[in-house]
Amino acid sequence: MKETLLLTKHMRDFPENSHNIEVYEKNNGYSALKKVLKEDNPENVINEIKDSNIRGRGGAGFPTGVKWGFLAEDEDRYLVINGDESEPGTFKDRILLERDPHQLIEGVIITCFASNIKKAFIYIRGEYAKPARRVQEAVEQAYEKGYLGDNILGTNLSLDIVVHLGAGAYICGEETALLNSLEGKRGEPRLKPPYFPAVMGLYNKPTLVNNVETISSVPWIINNSGKEYAKLGVEGSTGTRIFSLSGHVRTPGNFEIEMGKSFGEFVDTFGNGIKDDKKVKAYIPGGASAPWFTGDQLDIKMTIDDVANAGSMLGSGAVVVMDEDTNLVYAAKSIVSFFAHESCGQCTPCREGTTWLEMILERIASGRGRLSDISLLVDVCDNISPGLSWPPKMTTICPLGPSAVSPITSLLDNFSDELMKMLPTKIPIAQ
Amino acid sequence: MSWDNELLERAHKIIELYPQKRSALGPLLYLAQEKDGFISDDSIVEISNLVDITEVQVKSVSSFYSMYKEEQTGTYLLSVCKSISCEINDSRSVINSVKEFTGLENYETDQDKLFTFEEVECIGACGGAPAVQVNYETVEGLTPEKTIEMCEWLKNDKPEIIVADQLQNKFGGTKSFDWAIEDNTGSAYTVPGFQNIGTAKEKDN
Repeated sequence: MKETLLLTKHMRDFPENSHNIEVYEKNNGYSALKKVLKEDNPENVINEIKDSNIRGRGGAGFPTGVKWGFLAEDEDRYLVINGDESEPGTFKDRILLERDPHQLIEGVIITCFASNIKKAFIYIRGEYAKPARRVQEAVEQAYEKGYLGDNILGTNLSLDIVVHLGAGAYICGEETALLNSLEGKRGEPRLKPPYFPAVMGLYNKPTLVNNVETISSVPWIINNSGKEYAKLGVEGSTGTRIFSLSGHVRTPGNFEIEMGKSFGEFVDTFGNGIKDDKKVKAYIPGGASAPWFTGDQLDIKMTIDDVANAGSMLGSGAVVVMDEDTNLVYAAKSIVSFFAHESCGQCTPCREGTTWLEMILERIASGRGRLSDISLLVDVCDNISPGLSWPPKMTTICPLGPSAVSPITSLLDNFSDELMKMLPTKIPIAQ
Repeated sequence: MSWDNELLERAHKIIELYPQKRSALGPLLYLAQEKDGFISDDSIVEISNLVDITEVQVKSVSSFYSMYKEEQTGTYLLSVCKSISCEINDSRSVINSVKEFTGLENYETDQDKLFTFEEVECIGACGGAPAVQVNYETVEGLTPEKTIEMCEWLKNDKPEIIVADQLQNKFGGTKSFDWAIEDNTGSAYTVPGFQNIGTAKEKDN
C-alpha cells in the first residue's frame, strides 16, 4: 500500500519553500488557472468537477459538482472556504493551509471563475494562527502577481479574497453557522430550509461553502481531467483523500491515499502498528462525531459508503486508534465533554442533553456511578437523537447534538462491560 | 480608554475588506483584545459605533466565542488540549504540570499577570499529542518535564514574540507532520498573530 500524491505532491517535492509563489509557479502552479482562462468556458469547469465525482471533504461527503450546480443566479454570489477544521482527530487542512496555500488559492480562483463569483472568503479557525499567516501571505503574493484583483492575467475576470479568522467555536465548521460567524454574528446554525447556502447564504445571497481539501483538489482535476480523477479510488469515493492518523500508533501523521483500502492495512502501513505492540481495542474512523469500530473490525474498507454501511462515517477522515489499555469510558467522556463545550446553545436537547451526558459520565468515571445511570444515559441520548439509530435522527437544527450520542452508543453496543466495570455491583440501601 | 487614532485606522482598514460592516466585528474584537488583554466595556462601545450595531449585540457575539476573553489575560496564554487524541496520550499529566508550575486552575490568571491557564478542546495537533498552544502558537509532542521547562523559560526569558517553531525546537517532540518551512513569525499578544488584524510579528534571528 502506497500513498498517491495529488494534493501533497508539491509540498513533498519542495519541502522548504512549497508555500512560495515562485516555487509553486515553477512546479506547474497556476497552470490550471491559465488553462481555464484560455478555454474561457465556465460550463466545462463545472463538468470536469462533475466528472471527477469528488465528494466534499469536510465531513458530509456531498458531491461537489452537484453543489456547484445548485448555486442560484444573482448579481452577488460568494464563495466561502471552510477552514474551520476543529473535529477532534483532524489536522489535514492544517497541512494544506500551512504548506501549500497557493494550491488552495488557485482552486478558489478557478471555482469563482466557474461560478461567476467576485468575492471569496477563506475562513480559518482562530487557533490556526500560523496557517492563517501563510495563507494571507500567499494571497498577497497572488495579488502582486496579478492572479487576484481586477482583470486577472489580462482577462475580464475579477476576484477578491479575504482571509477571515474565526475565534474558537467548533460549531462554525457547520456551514450556516460559519456564514453567521462571517456576518459578525454568533455562530449559530440556521434552519434549512430556507437557509440553504446555495440560495440564501452569506448576506442572504447565493453562496458556495466548500472545504479546504475539496477546493485544493480543483487544480489537479482541471490539469488532468475529471475522468482521470475518477479513475482513482473506488466508485462513490473517487480520488485521493488525506487521512489524519493519530492515537496510539507508532507514527501518526497525514497520509494521502486512494480510498478503498482497509483501515487495518492503513494503520499497519502508515502508523507502523501500535506502540508497544499492543492490540487495537477500538478506533474512530472519521473524527469524534463518528461511532467507533472495534479492533475486530479493522477489515472495513476506507470508503464513504463502506463505512456508512458498517454504521459509522468517514467524516473528516480522522482516524483515531485506541489500544487495548485505553479506558474507553474516559475516552467517551472526553468526546462528550467536547460536544458539551461546543454546543452553541440554540436547541434545548443539545444544550441541556450534552451537559447532562457529560455530568453522568463524569460521575461514572470518578467511581460514583449508579446502576440506573445506564438507562439515564440512554434516555438523554434518545431525547437528542430518537431511537439512537445510524444515521442519526435529530431533534436539533444541526448534527452536533447527535454527535455527542455516538461515543455513548459505541460504548453501549460494543463495550458495555467496560462501562459496567466502573459501576457499583450492589445497590446501596437507603439509610 | 477609547481607541487611539492608530487603532482606529487599523479598524477602518479591516472594515473596508467586507461588503457589510458587521462582518468586521470578529477581527475588531481581536484588536480590542490586543489593546487590553480582554474585551473591555470601552472597546465594546467603540466597536458598536464602528460597525453600527448596539453594544449588547457586540457583547452577545464576544461572549459566544472562547477566544474573546472577558477578563484580562496574562502575557502568556497557556492552552492545553484535552480532546480525544491528547486525552489518550496522557494530556492529563501535561495539564497537571502546568497547574503545578503556575499554581493556577482552569481559566485562572496569576497575580503578576504573567500566565493564564486554560484547558481547551482540539487544536488540530492530534498527531503530535499531547499539544499545547502559547498565545495560539502550537507546540507538539510535549512531556510533563518539557512543559515545565517551557513555562520556566517563558517566565525567565519573557520573550516578546512567541514563535511556534522556536518553541517546538526547544521543547517539542513528535509533530503532527513535518513543518518543513522555516518560520520566524509569531504572536505578540494573547490573540493570534495574523497580518490582517496586524498582530503578527516577525522575530529577528
